[in-house]
Amino acid sequence: MALLEISSLSIQFGGLRAVDDFNLTVEKGELYGLIGPNGAGKTTVFNLLTGEYKPTEGVILLDGVDITGKSTIEINRAGIARTFQNIRLFRQLSVLDNVKVGLHNQYKYSAFSAVLRLPSYFSTEKQMNEKAMELLSVFKMEGEADTISANLPYGKQRKLEIARAMATNPKLLLLDEPAAGMNPHETQELMDDIRYIGENFGITLLLIEHDMKLVSGICEKLTVLNFGRILTQGDTKEVLGNPEVIKAYLGDD
Amino acid sequence: MKNMTKTSKDNLTTILMIVAVYVIVMILRSAGLINSQMDGLLVPLCVYATMAVSLNLVVGILGELSLGHAGFMCIGAFASAFFSKVFEQSMGVFPRFLFAILIGGLVAGIFGFLIGIPVLRLKGDYLAIVTLAFGEIIKNLMNVLYVGRDANGLHFSLKDAASLGMAEDGELIINGPLGITGTPFDSNFTIGFVILLLSTVFVLNLINSRHGRAIMAIRDNRIAAGSVGIPITRFKMFAFTVSAVIAGCAGALYSHNLSSLIATPARFGYNMSILFLVFVVLGGIGSTRGAIIASIALTLIPEVLRFMADYRMLIYAIVLIVMMIVNWNPRSRAWIQAHSLTKLFRRKEGS
Ligand SMILES: Nc1ncnc2c1ncn2[C@@H]1O[C@H](COP(=O)(O)OP(=O)(O)O)[C@@H](O)[C@H]1O
Ligand SMILES: [Mg+2]
Repeated sequence: MALLEISSLSIQFGGLRAVDDFNLTVEKGELYGLIGPNGAGKTTVFNLLTGEYKPTEGVILLDGVDITGKSTIEINRAGIARTFQNIRLFRQLSVLDNVKVGLHNQYKYSAFSAVLRLPSYFSTEKQMNEKAMELLSVFKMEGEADTISANLPYGKQRKLEIARAMATNPKLLLLDEPAAGMNPHETQELMDDIRYIGENFGITLLLIEHDMKLVSGICEKLTVLNFGRILTQGDTKEVLGNPEVIKAYLGDD
Repeated sequence: MKNMTKTSKDNLTTILMIVAVYVIVMILRSAGLINSQMDGLLVPLCVYATMAVSLNLVVGILGELSLGHAGFMCIGAFASAFFSKVFEQSMGVFPRFLFAILIGGLVAGIFGFLIGIPVLRLKGDYLAIVTLAFGEIIKNLMNVLYVGRDANGLHFSLKDAASLGMAEDGELIINGPLGITGTPFDSNFTIGFVILLLSTVFVLNLINSRHGRAIMAIRDNRIAAGSVGIPITRFKMFAFTVSAVIAGCAGALYSHNLSSLIATPARFGYNMSILFLVFVVLGGIGSTRGAIIASIALTLIPEVLRFMADYRMLIYAIVLIVMMIVNWNPRSRAWIQAHSLTKLFRRKEGS
């Protein structure tokens, strides 16, 4: 059984069909890319997958369970986490606390033990700190644990978003243009990190990206969107060799 | 994770500050160095500081602008005074006041919860307007509420005392625009100090927990908080209700310090709500300690500068506007960050 199965997903905004008859199957452990020109509907697909938008039509199955129309919170608990194209950090919180918010549903104690500082508070907080530091270490950001997240350089903000999403222990991680605004060196680091996450955390990845070096370097399969519709999908090499894809991209540029 | 120890040190400083003020006041008092005017301010100081802690939870931590917090204080004041009047003869002073405070908090908390259901679905300005209206409604309602008691039990009316239909021996407890008179004087500075201290410890411990982080995450980015599975409505309700409970307890402290409790605009109107907001804003939105300090400073300064009383609200308004601009303008914030003392010191260490 595939981890993610989307069939005939559509959403209409007024007269615009931003996503139209979208189908996608992602197998467990895959590193899957979603590409296409600006305004093609890629982010909208993520918003549909995470319950931010409710689809006009279609069905989304995660691990065989129907999650269509569920709330963002239910969907996160079902196992989908994401990052955002325009970074959305908890800006006034420290780097460590951003990750710890992601751990919220994994490590629990009651408000009662928090207020009275019962032993369960201290022991759980300790575990949370350790887990959060472990996630930060994936991105070599342990040293910035106490930094207020708004003060991080741009590239690290993107990485922190990934660490925070991973903290929710997802089966499927959606990355929306993770390399946007990064320099080539940072992008290279990010590619290694993404590969590392796929291999070591048992997380399946679906990512939107414009950087073709990153896409061809790490994605095993691709789906190309254009004007809300699937242009083509399949193995990365085949897709990138497809003349229609080249045309869609050149047309956009 | 120096962070952890830094915040707990910070919290300890706040708590020690409150204790220190209490100890100093007690020493000055026993040395006879506090005049009666100052002495009369001690309980209100505790009330206002507690209100500042309460409102900071909603405005600074949850990030919602509530302009009706005097309403929750009003509910706590009346509910607790009512309780104390009913049980004036049948209970000892200490348990009665303890229950009165708990009831003030509980009733205000119930109202906070019920009002939170519709209000917290609104955003920004709308929420501010609706909470403002709520505060005014509560205050006005208290001015037309009559409650009496006779052998048959309690009687309620929103018209006048006559329509309560009480027996001859009936006793009027809440008398419309005349409010409640003769509430026992159970409040004192020590109890006020304990309420302030407990509220502060409660809120600080809450902020530094998974619950507090969830609330601040919602404040900083609602969509991102939802994406990591934070139940947004539940935590908004939680913060709002806890804040109302604390305001209710402050109200109980307040009402047991007054010979007659009347819901006047000066005590429970929107000017009061705005004053609480000034405490929070002046204290540096989100800082519990700052809010407490601001509440004390702004309560004492007008007493010292009585001749300026006429301009008080004007000065508050100016302070509010200036602080809002400074706090919410990204450029001024960047400037403050770049020029903060800690940053200066750190730079020196580095070089
Ligand atoms: N909430 C919305 N309301 C109306 N139109 C929207 C909304 N969200 C996205 N769109 C439109 O859908 C189209 C696809 O947008 P998007 O998914 O962001 O594209 P991209 O592929 O660049 O991520 C765009 O034309 C955009 O304007
Ligand atoms: Mg996009």
